[in-house]
Amino acid sequence: MANLTLIQAVNDGLKVAMRTDPTVLVFGEDVGPKGGVFLATEGLTKEFGESRCFDTPLSEDGIVGAAIGMAANGLKPVCEIQFQDFIFPAFDQIVSEAAKLRYRSGGQYTAPMVIRTPYGGGIRGGLYHSQSGEAYFCHTPGLKVVIPSTPYDAKGLLLASIDDPDPVLFLEPKALYRTLKGEVPEGKYKVDLSTLRTAREGKNVTVFCYGAMVPVCMKAAEQAAEKGIECLVVDLRTLLPLDEEGVIEAAKQTGRVVVVHEAPRFCGFGGEISAIIAENAIEYMEAPIARVTGFDTPFPNTLEHHYMPDDRRVLDAIEHVWSY
Amino acid sequence: MTVQEMLSVIEPDGGINGYDPKMSNEELLHCYRTMMRVRAFDDVALKLQRAGRIGFSIPNRGVEATQIGAAAALKKTDWIFPSYRDFGMALYHGVSPVDMMHNMYGNAADSAKGRQMPVHFSFRTPIQFFSISSPIGTHIIQAVGAAYAMQLRKEPHVVLSSFGDGGTSSLGFHSGLNFAAVWKSPVVFLCQNNQWAISCPSSQQTASESYAIKASAYGMPGIKVDGNDVLAVRRVVSEAVERARKGGGPTLVEAYTFRMGGHSTSDDPTRYVPKEELAKWEKKDPVANFERFLAKKKLWDPALGAKIAADSFAEIDAAAKVAEATPRPGIETIFSDVYRDVPQHIRRQGQAAFDLAHRKGDASAGDGAFPL
Repeated sequence: MANLTLIQAVNDGLKVAMRTDPTVLVFGEDVGPKGGVFLATEGLTKEFGESRCFDTPLSEDGIVGAAIGMAANGLKPVCEIQFQDFIFPAFDQIVSEAAKLRYRSGGQYTAPMVIRTPYGGGIRGGLYHSQSGEAYFCHTPGLKVVIPSTPYDAKGLLLASIDDPDPVLFLEPKALYRTLKGEVPEGKYKVDLSTLRTAREGKNVTVFCYGAMVPVCMKAAEQAAEKGIECLVVDLRTLLPLDEEGVIEAAKQTGRVVVVHEAPRFCGFGGEISAIIAENAIEYMEAPIARVTGFDTPFPNTLEHHYMPDDRRVLDAIEHVWSY
Repeated sequence: MTVQEMLSVIEPDGGINGYDPKMSNEELLHCYRTMMRVRAFDDVALKLQRAGRIGFSIPNRGVEATQIGAAAALKKTDWIFPSYRDFGMALYHGVSPVDMMHNMYGNAADSAKGRQMPVHFSFRTPIQFFSISSPIGTHIIQAVGAAYAMQLRKEPHVVLSSFGDGGTSSLGFHSGLNFAAVWKSPVVFLCQNNQWAISCPSSQQTASESYAIKASAYGMPGIKVDGNDVLAVRRVVSEAVERARKGGGPTLVEAYTFRMGGHSTSDDPTRYVPKEELAKWEKKDPVANFERFLAKKKLWDPALGAKIAADSFAEIDAAAKVAEATPRPGIETIFSDVYRDVPQHIRRQGQAAFDLAHRKGDASAGDGAFPL
């Protein structure tokens, strides 16, 4: 066991994968000798050589497109998009190609690959270094979308994603890269995809969240507990394919639900959680479902702390659904 | 020769001016027969589409020499990342017309399980003919990734990435050529300049003097070849393939040709292609061009040509009848292959669709049982 930050856990996961599987490759912009702009890939080129960890031309379309060809021909690419905000030139490759290759070829060709990318606000990155674009990708059959919130899960989910037979978009909450540490086992272990994590037990209100919103919701839950409201905090971890049965079960346990994400609300992932609960457990609901989300605006720079849901807003929603 | 000049091999009289393609008579006739089978496939597919038996096809008339000449430069251990107007390459390497017709019908025996439009083929044998998608240019950079795997494993294989003149305007063209040049990838980029991207002429696609010249800026050789001359295309692509095989990196080949038919069976080219242009290219017919060469070598006469045409039509027509008699895919194929393992939400949706079909009595014989 080592006490690691989330980014160190990602780095450790990459090293373990590359040591145990010679087909694993890491590439992207500045990921080589520099080790990535956040240092997620630090030391990889030195340990594994330039043919297995290398810099590419500055082209997200090229990075993901090349990864698809590599994956189709027996390699296990783990490519990095420097910021999730820059992924959109590769949208066609992800949505039209990687996600559909198995289906459209009748299973003859597949694209087992991982696209790692830091997402979300909290670093004063403005419009283009702060976005949470998970909803765009969760609307894509054939793709898996994974978001860790702890160092343990970051490594375990990453290793599970690398071993997965299908393409995985691995969104890393950059706000948590260095803000928290946790125990991380050495060597290889996996956290199963499509499984929820109960971050906190509680019988009064269920709070669904993921990524950088998990510690925010935990803080709000602590404050709620001081007021006598016990929250069940559920870290979704894998958004697609989602453990829907787990979501329904967690909603039924309290009958009061708050869904939290920093992405804009309209057509956001919280809408899907709300709909699943409405379709499957509405008779258990004691209060309308509340969503706490980013606003339906672009992501601001100076006022980002007003844009991103914080414990104050989450607590307000918890109290609202509890007192309804 | 400069990058702007166009290489031809077959002279108007059928001679080849001292060039030796180093091909056996059987290899030459295999090229010819495959061109004729492509032509027959076009004819049968058009007939089926007009009769409402299939929904769509992509005609190849005019570009057969480019397809077959390029295919003839490859080994079966090489990979093809094709466009949708390339299936002569698959035929050349031994994909059966029956397997292709299953795709045209989207039936239960289709390798894509009826999920794609016709002509979106996908084969792993006898050559890797990569799954075709409709978005333009996306496969150009993917080919470079597949080639990277060959480089890493030190395999002596090459990837052919084929696209049209319209494809050169795509994001994938730029990233593909740029990555390949930087990585010295074993890739041959084949731009089939057939003059038209659906209704848009090449002059609206680029202001460059040619497509081949674009190679210079990427840092790779570029060469323009007569795309209606099967021996010239084979020669140029072979040289590029051998260079790539020896670690010499990628090449951009521009095959200068003409799409004699519509973009697809849904397109009417008489609305935009000038009659004079069509008439001009009619005289450069790639099959007739090759026949002149074969005749001079005493390998061909009109009687043999007629027999091969008739045999080809019969073969493709018979393949269509096999496909026509094959049932459609079962409903379960909507839900399988999205992921390797069917996730619970898709399984539930599939079960509901399957139950509804049975409840309403419209589940037909092809439908298998859930769970998958």
